[in-house]
Amino acid sequence: MSNRPRPNINSALLRGLTRARRSPLVLPGMTRRRTLQAGGAAAAALALSACGVGGQQRDPAASGDYWADKERTGSLRFANWPLYMDSERTQLQQFTEATGIEVDYKEDVQEAASFFGQIQPRLANGDDTGYDLMVLPNGFELAKLIELGYLVQLDHTKLPNYAEYAGETYKNTAYDPGNQYTVPYTSGITGIAYNPEYVDREITSIADLWDPAFEGKVGMMGDAQEIANFGLLLNGVNPADSTLEDWEAAAEKLREQRDAGIVRAYYDQDFIQPLTNGDLWMTMAWSGDIYQQNAEEGTNLKFIVPDEGATLWTDNLMIPYTSQAPVDAIELMDFLYDPEIATGLTEYIAYITPVPHAQEVMAEWADAEDGSERGEALREMAESSLVFPTEGDYQKLHNYVNLEADAQEEFASLFHEITQS
Amino acid sequence: MRNRKITPYALVLPAWAWLALFFVVPIGGMLSLSLTTGNVITGFQQSFAVGNYVDAVSTYWEQILRSLFYGACATLLCIAIGYPMAYWIAFKGGPYKSTYLLLILLPFFVSFVLRTISWRFLLSDNGVVLGPLKSMGLLSEGFALLNSAPAVILGLAYNFLPFMVLPIYAVLERMDPRMVEAAHDLYAGRFQAFVRVILPVSLPGVFAGVLMTFIPTSSDYVNASVLGGTHNTMIGNIIQTQYLINNNYPIASSITFVLMGLLLIGIFSYARALGTERVMEVHA
Repeated sequence: MSNRPRPNINSALLRGLTRARRSPLVLPGMTRRRTLQAGGAAAAALALSACGVGGQQRDPAASGDYWADKERTGSLRFANWPLYMDSERTQLQQFTEATGIEVDYKEDVQEAASFFGQIQPRLANGDDTGYDLMVLPNGFELAKLIELGYLVQLDHTKLPNYAEYAGETYKNTAYDPGNQYTVPYTSGITGIAYNPEYVDREITSIADLWDPAFEGKVGMMGDAQEIANFGLLLNGVNPADSTLEDWEAAAEKLREQRDAGIVRAYYDQDFIQPLTNGDLWMTMAWSGDIYQQNAEEGTNLKFIVPDEGATLWTDNLMIPYTSQAPVDAIELMDFLYDPEIATGLTEYIAYITPVPHAQEVMAEWADAEDGSERGEALREMAESSLVFPTEGDYQKLHNYVNLEADAQEEFASLFHEITQS
Repeated sequence: MRNRKITPYALVLPAWAWLALFFVVPIGGMLSLSLTTGNVITGFQQSFAVGNYVDAVSTYWEQILRSLFYGACATLLCIAIGYPMAYWIAFKGGPYKSTYLLLILLPFFVSFVLRTISWRFLLSDNGVVLGPLKSMGLLSEGFALLNSAPAVILGLAYNFLPFMVLPIYAVLERMDPRMVEAAHDLYAGRFQAFVRVILPVSLPGVFAGVLMTFIPTSSDYVNASVLGGTHNTMIGNIIQTQYLINNNYPIASSITFVLMGLLLIGIFSYARALGTERVMEVHA
């Protein structure tokens, strides 16, 4: 064994990897090390001469000036989330019929953060993003877009439907005072969902998520803002007015919950399947997802707005400042506030519409189609507090804390430390 | 004659251009970014902030070590499963060798993420694996596999197994069968022939397999986010969060370079232990 020659691994390794006797990347007369060194030196020189990455904050043009010379172009490009409009794009067809404006609809937003990453460099450069209208939630990315001056200030004289039909909750929001830059597209509640097959008592509060009886069967959300809100509400703090001290106290609570083994995992949007099959008994959840799951799969998942309160998030319509068709975009914005249109959208999305009047319209539609399957589905939806929250629910719903970029970092790392242990 | 001298350079030019453009430039950019300070709003300024590295390591050393550990476990599992597989195909596969290889590659026709998610169904508390075992009373009702470290390691091993099988197979398949015959002629039994002849000859394949599984498994983030629970986060998840969610590019880049450094150190020591210290400086 001892005088066995060492296997010549080098050449065999290369054969195994490349099936060629010689690596094509090695030039004759040049060893690989030398070439690596040369490459490395070039990289270092090139890299370090580049000076970081620009942020390019800009001053948003005053509303009047911006809109003064803008005209209708007859078409617009709309970036939305998947499943936020039916596959026929019914409402957009109605829009085209009513106005003659063609809409190029793209389900390009899969995740707020990566979408922001995609458009930010172009906006920083003053380039077209490829979109004239887009939908983003009221999270950190929206705050950054506003702070960077990347959104068009809306001309509210062009939004008569919005003025007339938008619910009070959806006007003058905390994250965009006076709706200068955004109007809501759809909203949802982050509350608690549980599976009554496994949970034998009624769940009413956030504190139930800390109950050791459910050890290893509780799901929490991985998103820093969502999870922070529940920690804050448990401590009796309104997220919108919270301070650094409140965040630390909330983080402490969440850490206790995690380290006691109560939390099974931190979920993004994929909590439905584990909740249905019993891997999770109880989880933080979004209202519309639970409504859809019950309506489509016949499951009996429960969704509650906890006693301590919950949060109302909103996905918003907005126009990037490099838009090629802002007039068309704002027309569509307003069109979506027509109660009939809003009702049609809500029927498909099953989230909360910012147009409360849609509830009546939906009930009328249900009467008109009484007895049919669609009529029943409409009736059920019109009466559901998941889609049309009650006054009592609204009183328990809070907004997210609104943070500037510096504070966002501190906030996010505090809560990511919990979910990414 | 002159043409002959130029030809090899001309042929290698596209590869060099490719590497320069898509490897050297981005990695240079990342290196520069890892030494900056700032945020997306104000921009990132070149300040040669070495502190980023200190921050990255002191905050995330646990996740870094865990990633290397999970990667190592998955790699060992791949060897344990993949070596016999490659051996069997190479020596007993007969005319169906390529069919077997195709079967090994077959899962790759399905998206990586989907395959990983399907493990959730497999490992689910009352799923096809645990459900029957529980109803037979072999496992306690509360036993769970999903969202644990073993689940992540299993997922990693599953996803990267072909990268272990193929290089080992490639080496074994090329082996001259007369070498084994010679061993038998020298009175080596089957076991001796394996240990003294087949195994040493196949080590380069194992080495290549380890490179091709250990590196991607220890930087993977899909398995940990789909199959992991609390305290299973891998460093890939941290990099993803820091880049895409927190937009903290400097920290994300520093972690990337730390991970790269650790992997290189690990691989060089492994190469040395195997007696392949010259592996990174092959002469043409």
